[in-house]
Amino acid sequence: MKRWLMAWLLAVGTAAVADDEVVIVIDQAGEAAVPIAVVPFAWSSSTAVRETDVSQVVTNDLSRSGQFRTLPLEDIIERPTRVADVNYGTWRRLNVDYIVLGEVTGDAVIGYLVRMDLLNVTTGDSLLSLEFRSRAGGLRYTAHHIADTVYEALLDVPGFFRTRLAYVTKARKGDKDEYSLMVADADGFEPRAAVRSSEPLLSPAWSPDASMLAYVSFEQGNSSIYTQELASGQRQLVASYKGINGAPSFSPDGSRLALALSRSGNLEIYVMELASRRTTKLTNHFGIDTEPAWGPEGRYIYFTSDRGGRPQIYRVEARTGAQPERVTRDGEYNARASMAPDNSQMVLVHGNDNSYKIALLDLDNNLLRTISDGPLDESPSFAPNGRMVLYASQRTVSGRRQGVLSAVPIYGAASAGQTAHQLIFAEGDIREPAWSPLRQVNN
Amino acid sequence: MKNLTRLILLAAVAAILAACGGTQTQPEPADPEPVQRDRPPVEANPLPPIDDHTKKENLNREGSLLTRRIIYFDFDQSRVKPEYQDVLNAHATYLGANAGARVTLEGHADERGTREYNLGLGERRGNTVSDLVDAQGASASQLSVVSYGEERPASNCSDESCWGSNRRVEIIYTREQ
Repeated sequence: MKRWLMAWLLAVGTAAVADDEVVIVIDQAGEAAVPIAVVPFAWSSSTAVRETDVSQVVTNDLSRSGQFRTLPLEDIIERPTRVADVNYGTWRRLNVDYIVLGEVTGDAVIGYLVRMDLLNVTTGDSLLSLEFRSRAGGLRYTAHHIADTVYEALLDVPGFFRTRLAYVTKARKGDKDEYSLMVADADGFEPRAAVRSSEPLLSPAWSPDASMLAYVSFEQGNSSIYTQELASGQRQLVASYKGINGAPSFSPDGSRLALALSRSGNLEIYVMELASRRTTKLTNHFGIDTEPAWGPEGRYIYFTSDRGGRPQIYRVEARTGAQPERVTRDGEYNARASMAPDNSQMVLVHGNDNSYKIALLDLDNNLLRTISDGPLDESPSFAPNGRMVLYASQRTVSGRRQGVLSAVPIYGAASAGQTAHQLIFAEGDIREPAWSPLRQVNN
Repeated sequence: MKNLTRLILLAAVAAILAACGGTQTQPEPADPEPVQRDRPPVEANPLPPIDDHTKKENLNREGSLLTRRIIYFDFDQSRVKPEYQDVLNAHATYLGANAGARVTLEGHADERGTREYNLGLGERRGNTVSDLVDAQGASASQLSVVSYGEERPASNCSDESCWGSNRRVEIIYTREQ
């Protein structure tokens, strides 16, 4: 097991910067992982202080994805920075299939130029030979970009290293609780508070262009739903009806919000058109209906309902609410479904009275398989490429329970990794993670 | 029962008034009986019986059922257990007799299961209590339900004794009269 202790970087922006620290624990990658070596990049810049260790960030990204087994730095004895200097036999003996090497030139004033090569050690082929421009302060983003490029070249699916995570932290400040809705890079860096409140915050949901979050806040005493533009911090109160205002979820085209409201006296699923704020009621049952999730094509809404006695996943037609149909069959408690981007499977909370684990449900053959150990795992969401599932879990440290985020790699429809890695915050609880969609390039 | 209590109180008040009236029209005795003069004020204005749930004096009085403000539930259940019938009855009686009083019923769940489903469960518990109190004499306009789901646990630990204390509806008087 490897451990990195990372201190927060100073983030530029309007929102507050958290002063916490995050520890990222990565378990060993599984058998299916691709063996790769990322050779330390040469720092040939005239700016003496290296703002980011680019190759280290690339290594961490690839390793944390669970899809790669990266060669430890101490085993990297030869350190070529140009293709001409590569001794392929050395890398074959180290049992790696691919190597990444590169060099950083330019400086903090005119900007940096990062050259990188990806080589197949077995064949000697060059798979990638690219140059990335970066302004000062942008090298970390460039490193994520390089990792995304390597990931896609070798796995044929886009990477997720330039995406972000939203999550909620709860910390004790004096004699009060402080809840923060945070947004951080996918590796936990540069966390910023989008909202802070002394009242509970929950259920953050991303807009499909990753520019906005919808969430539930108790700041007015009762639950209400806000949407908030992340760049400007501007927010709007979109639902504050009598009763529960919960579980917002953006439609795939971003024009509508599915939500759970109990303004009729009972908790039901609604769809709100964001431009007009007009709502359509999709369910009508005395049971609890909540946690709506859109299928990627927007045709169906999946939701949790206990209309059959205990919570199970159902779906309705998203336009009309017609044809409610039960989806989950295995087990007594299945809730909070989230769809894979390719629609082939969903991830959900699967439990009995004392243990709640994350499970994958294959929608073609209806096979359900747990991918976490419990006992109180919740809030699962897929990485935008479907190759990782992020969820909230708890661990006990010297008798004190602490909420942490965990992520487990998914190797396709049939299999998931055996182990998860964890994002652990030094102080307070972390919960309610939501993985952003692929982000617009903004570097 | 309520009316009977009222009648007894009225009779007692009438008797005291009659006694006072008598002293006005009759010549004052030369040697008045000290017992009457030293009658303690608590008897002239006595506290209502502890089981008179119409009275504000009993709302926060030790020993009164009205001071019991938390209803606990079984796991994943919103049925009110029979042992709470008297407590809900007392609050219904109070609200029925005090039209200005207002109550918020805060519904809560334990941490097991998903947060949004637990919001629903907390509300369902609140609604069950609200319906019972309403049926027993309060009016719906005096009652409001808010669910916090698992967000505001009464205690923070991870076993059944603790979970049991978190599955609850809290009766909060926002206006007493």
